[in-house]
Amino acid sequence: MAGVTYKTRQLRRRYVERSFATIAVAGGSFWLLINLIKSPSQFTEVTFTGLSNGILYALIALGYTLVYGIIELINFAHGDLFMLGGLFSAHFITLWFNQNHPTGAGYGVLLLCLVAVMAFCGIINVGIERFAYRRLRRAPKLAPLITAVGMSFIIQFVGLRWNGSGQKTWPSLLPAGNLKFLGVRLPYTTLISFIVTIPVLLALTYIVTQTKQGKAMRATAQDQDASRLMGINVNRTISFTFGLGGALAGAAGLLFEQTRGLTTYNLGYQLGLIAFTAAVMGGIGNLQGAVLGAVIIGLIQGWNDGLPIGLGQQWSNTVVFSILILLMVFKPTGLLGKPMTEKV
Amino acid sequence: MALITRKKKSSKKQRAPFSQRTWSLGFLGLAVAIYIFYTYIVPHTSDGFQSQIQTWFPPSSLNEALVWVIAALGLNIVVGYAGLLDLGFVAFWAIGGYTAGWFMSGFFNQWHIHFGSEVAKVIPGVHLSFWAVLLIGAVICAFFGILIGAPTLRLKSDYLAIVTLGFGEIIPQIFVNGEDIHGFNLSNGTKGISPVDSIGIFGKRLGPFDLNYKYMIFVAMAAVMVFISLRLRSGRLGRAWLAIREDELAASMMGIPLMRTKLAAYAVGAISGGLAGVAYATHVNGIFAERFQFSISIILLAMVVLGGMGNVWGVIVGALLIAWVNSTGLPAAGDKFNSVFNTHINFPSYTFLIFGGLLILMMLFRREGILPESRLKLIMHETDDESGNEQPHDEISEEEDL
Repeated sequence: MAGVTYKTRQLRRRYVERSFATIAVAGGSFWLLINLIKSPSQFTEVTFTGLSNGILYALIALGYTLVYGIIELINFAHGDLFMLGGLFSAHFITLWFNQNHPTGAGYGVLLLCLVAVMAFCGIINVGIERFAYRRLRRAPKLAPLITAVGMSFIIQFVGLRWNGSGQKTWPSLLPAGNLKFLGVRLPYTTLISFIVTIPVLLALTYIVTQTKQGKAMRATAQDQDASRLMGINVNRTISFTFGLGGALAGAAGLLFEQTRGLTTYNLGYQLGLIAFTAAVMGGIGNLQGAVLGAVIIGLIQGWNDGLPIGLGQQWSNTVVFSILILLMVFKPTGLLGKPMTEKV
Repeated sequence: MALITRKKKSSKKQRAPFSQRTWSLGFLGLAVAIYIFYTYIVPHTSDGFQSQIQTWFPPSSLNEALVWVIAALGLNIVVGYAGLLDLGFVAFWAIGGYTAGWFMSGFFNQWHIHFGSEVAKVIPGVHLSFWAVLLIGAVICAFFGILIGAPTLRLKSDYLAIVTLGFGEIIPQIFVNGEDIHGFNLSNGTKGISPVDSIGIFGKRLGPFDLNYKYMIFVAMAAVMVFISLRLRSGRLGRAWLAIREDELAASMMGIPLMRTKLAAYAVGAISGGLAGVAYATHVNGIFAERFQFSISIILLAMVVLGGMGNVWGVIVGALLIAWVNSTGLPAAGDKFNSVFNTHINFPSYTFLIFGGLLILMMLFRREGILPESRLKLIMHETDDESGNEQPHDEISEEEDL
């Protein structure tokens, strides 16, 4: 009898959840529709801005999700690594190579910088793992988490020293101006962030799904002991994962610095938080989920900040986190996460 | 496995335990000694000594440290006892602070409510007595604690952390933007609410320099929180919290109602955060939305973890130490260093480095904290494996020990 009541309760709960979700999605669509009718061109522009932000978040979110997937650690230092990447790119392009116009040489430097900043951030991330997290791998979860917070502080200190406490603006090598298309203005910078990000994402998918190293990563994520027995070098695989995550953060840093033209030492915290939220929203540990979550958050932020009928930018975080909390309540594993059975 | 380790450790090192009573009496004695020192001894000492005290241990920074202690004790219940990682504790601090701002100032000057307050009756605004506001703040925060706790009940540790973090971002943002919510000024935005009424005690209002009275009140509040923590810990609820911390599944199998127990942890923790918020508002004589940042949650977590999670005394020591280093210790030590070695190093700018380095080193070399709780110490070192995990693991060898 107890089983029956439990079952009906589960069913009722599912019914409530479904109807609530339907109402929420319908309300959201209605709001978007009104905005679309009111000013279609603004809607399209805002959507593209949101998409380009989302794709930037995706690069950072992937770093979180890669690391979480393999050692179940929220790497708080990751957002700050992104900030460091931005700073490195700014110095590399503007001060060391003295480029501040969109020229042919400028694009060459930009590509060189992309490689350099990816290597730079990747190496730092590997170093952090080697120095701090590796020794705590078997410790209770709180210990590496606190260590990650400590690392985040140290990287912020480096940023503070390197950049100063204020906001610095930098010239961009990307062409200014807009692409006009059916009355909609699309900044070139938005297009370029798509052009840079999509190949990087494809390369990542290739590495994780097709290569031997990727297979080792997936195996280690599933069961470290078993993969060790299968002859996988677990330490090297984890280092590789950190390197990969760091490289993505570096690419994101370059992209942010070039499209927005600014750096601050505490940027990593804000964007890292958003990116981590994106990773959780998609189902942490799931690569497609991270990209999906990031794009959704970018869009929501873009719509909320830019649409004529919206709460406006000052409520941006509140909106994003409210949606996250609602999602967590009704689908705790995230959008694409698989429900996990608890090990006893 | 845990059992074996425990046996091994205890046979290796038989340490005479300080009883809770020794610790309580010790801290009470220390609090009284500090009070006597500041009230009766310092005014009679030489000017040089007084200025030394002002640079190294000013009474106001002592009071601020006590506010941190109150909040850290609350977080200790959530994180240390129940094992629910909370990264948004600043929300309760903010709510408590704004409770003081709403009920103890002339902010709502369209109303004219006085109750038990020593403020002149003609002044507009809501002026309740400090003690009533403490109670209101506690109730409001308990409510919000349950509200925040409720959605997290089905979540596992890391998701829980992110949801609490989300609340910790949302609530301060509501206060920052709360200047105009459909024409209603909820929080006065970034300008904040200032001044807040000073504390009234025995028909007398404390002035800005009555720091020793404030000290007494804050110590009393901290003592109440210590009492609550200790009593709860040894009671049914506290043991249920520890069981949940160590193994949620096993605890629920043993018949512990997970939902109610977790919510209780959130509520008690939040009460403490709210009290700290009210105390903080009277300490700085105002409430400013931009102070409530993520860093406060992290500093509180660091206090709990560095001090010794789950151990009230450790948390107090951790909170006092970190609060002191943050507010006075580091600048004072920096000035001293600069004047002795004739350098111009700006020490407070190294806060990030020192804080981060401290956290990492503590986690690498003494992750159970300064004054660890005995049970937690065992857990923290249960699977100790300093070299990473290059060798096949120790489960096998321990089984052979059987």
